[in-house]
Amino acid sequence: MELLRFATAGSVDDGKSTLIGRLLHDTKALFDDVIEAVAASTEKRGGEGLDLALVTDGLRAEREQGITIDVAYRYFSTPLRSFVIADTPGHVQYTRNMVTGASTSDVAVILVDARHGLREQSHRHACLSGLLGIDHLVLAVNKMDLVDWSRDRYDEIRTEFAALAEALGVTTVTSIPLCALDGGNVVDPSPHTPWYHGPTLLQHLETLPIPQPANAHLRLPVQIVIKPPTGTGEGRWYAGSLAAGVPVVGQEVVVLPSGTRSTIKAVEGSAPAVRVQLTDELDVGRGDVIAAADAPPQTVAHLHARVAWMSDKPLTQGSHVMVKHATRTVKAVATILHDRLDVSTLQSETKITQLGLNEIGTVEFLTSLPLPVDAYSDNRTMGSFIVIDEVTNATVGAGMVTAA
Amino acid sequence: MTTDAPSQHDAEREGRLGIDQRLAELEAHAIFVIREVAAECERPVLLFSGGKDSVVMLHLAKKAFEPGKIPFPVMHVDTGHNFPEVIEFRDRLVAELDVRLVVASVQEAIDTGRAADPGPTGSRNRLQTVALLDAITRDKFDAAFGGARRDEDKARAKERILSFRDAFGQWDPRNQRPELWRLYNPRVRPGEHLRAFPLSDWTEVDIWRYVAVNQIELPAMYYSHRRTVVERDGMLLAVGAWTPPGTGEEPFEETVRYRTVGDMTCTGAVRSDAGNAWEVLVEIEQSRITERGATRADDRFSEAAMEDRKREGYF
Repeated sequence: MELLRFATAGSVDDGKSTLIGRLLHDTKALFDDVIEAVAASTEKRGGEGLDLALVTDGLRAEREQGITIDVAYRYFSTPLRSFVIADTPGHVQYTRNMVTGASTSDVAVILVDARHGLREQSHRHACLSGLLGIDHLVLAVNKMDLVDWSRDRYDEIRTEFAALAEALGVTTVTSIPLCALDGGNVVDPSPHTPWYHGPTLLQHLETLPIPQPANAHLRLPVQIVIKPPTGTGEGRWYAGSLAAGVPVVGQEVVVLPSGTRSTIKAVEGSAPAVRVQLTDELDVGRGDVIAAADAPPQTVAHLHARVAWMSDKPLTQGSHVMVKHATRTVKAVATILHDRLDVSTLQSETKITQLGLNEIGTVEFLTSLPLPVDAYSDNRTMGSFIVIDEVTNATVGAGMVTAA
Repeated sequence: MTTDAPSQHDAEREGRLGIDQRLAELEAHAIFVIREVAAECERPVLLFSGGKDSVVMLHLAKKAFEPGKIPFPVMHVDTGHNFPEVIEFRDRLVAELDVRLVVASVQEAIDTGRAADPGPTGSRNRLQTVALLDAITRDKFDAAFGGARRDEDKARAKERILSFRDAFGQWDPRNQRPELWRLYNPRVRPGEHLRAFPLSDWTEVDIWRYVAVNQIELPAMYYSHRRTVVERDGMLLAVGAWTPPGTGEEPFEETVRYRTVGDMTCTGAVRSDAGNAWEVLVEIEQSRITERGATRADDRFSEAAMEDRKREGYF
């Protein structure tokens, strides 16, 4: 069975929790005791029937305030596919959660309220999805019942979103008119949209092509070195998760950043979690990358990257941080702050002095050790890194290498 | 010239054995997380209850470090109210894998006055947190692997794969580290620790399929057997030293199996004829009640029962 990971995003009150509750309910992913508990909670809050938004809001504060605070992950499956939903909150102060949810997703479902159309948050969500390399967006136009299932209203929003997606360079966009409250066009087709001939949301998620990583050149960041039991006379194993390609016995490789060459002697495990042996006794350790000798990544000490900043303490020129790239963590300093991107207007502002919470900009870091990187657009694993605060150990930024 | 078409038999076998993208991806990801934590943390420990999730964790840890040994010890938080067959199973598995076993004892926490005794038949579920945190402090563990899954509970759905705990062992769900791509940040300061949940994205069905496909041995109580039980709050509870029949409760024999393994006083059985993992799978796929709802009294207190316990430092 195939696995599709998708992120859902929407502004406050767009009905995202209800939509997810509806998806889970109508695909029979909710068990009887959960449904009973939701019914009881609904009644306790003075409602009637099933308030499906209560299925997903898991924290006490979320139910008290009627909002979603943190990314939550949900699971359901149909006979065709299994799904992981990264449910990301819509509040502006929690935008970092959108980046988090999108970073592991293949597809993003962006929800808008048919009455309000696209809002600043919608632009932000589409832009962040695009930045994180998601090239398949689904626009879910929700609450169609509140605009009398108007085809004109739907077309208006759809057209506006298509223009936005084009500006972002997103290649595939699918729009669906739906109503999470009554379930129309979520799992089952709605009787109110005879003018709509496309799939329901679930049908679309079940059939859209899942992006497959190109069969690229070998990249194996070493996680650990395994010494076989003493007395076996066996050599050391380098274990890791393949970031690209598949190692083959006899293949010529280069170990980075040292640049030493060798050949693959043995491969075990099942991809992507593998371990390899090399023909030569080399000094290879955690953090090194074993790569195809004929097409290695660039090894650079200057990281040129798009950075999403996630800390109250802004990033300034000269900030000392730590950078974790693949399996290596190094010290780094921000040397140049090139620009800041306004994700609502897609305009860049240059001559900036700092990057604040939830802001996105282009930054250059000098690292204490050269790192083997690919551009993020070529390889998500080899082109991404996180920024860690030296003092608190908190994760304060997400970086995407723009050019290697 | 002729080409061999893939036979019907192969297709069926592949379907039945579940050799599919999902399970392979889940396994590889769990191994990745286990290796990351083992490489970056100084003193990790694997929490082991004898339950199916922790048995799968141990299986994955073994795979992650082959042909070497698992490079960290295993900790059992012992409520003293165990199913005896689980303890026997634990000791055998630990000996087979040649890993060190650390026992964090709830009885000891009670004896030393660290926790109040809930009485001979009371649930010691919540007291596990005290024993666990004390053991983490005593042995200076900076990471504890757990088998928790996000599909188990609404509060768990909010949890990160690497979940940060402060010096008091507390979880702050509103202030979690963002978790981007597969770039996990296991850095902690002395006194703080992490909980690592490599099975976060697995569901109960995935666990059973993995157990079936890989023929992983579980404690026998997971499969259909005869047991003397009483019916309490709609659950079947085994009759034992800590779970005597209450007034008006008539013990009877029933063919049952367990969906989870916990403290004897709060873990219920379900009626079942499933004698192996494949048969359990069929039952689970038809079941309409979650495993914790069906068989765990500890999650029935309130809507936020799990969130409250997790904030205090529970598994």
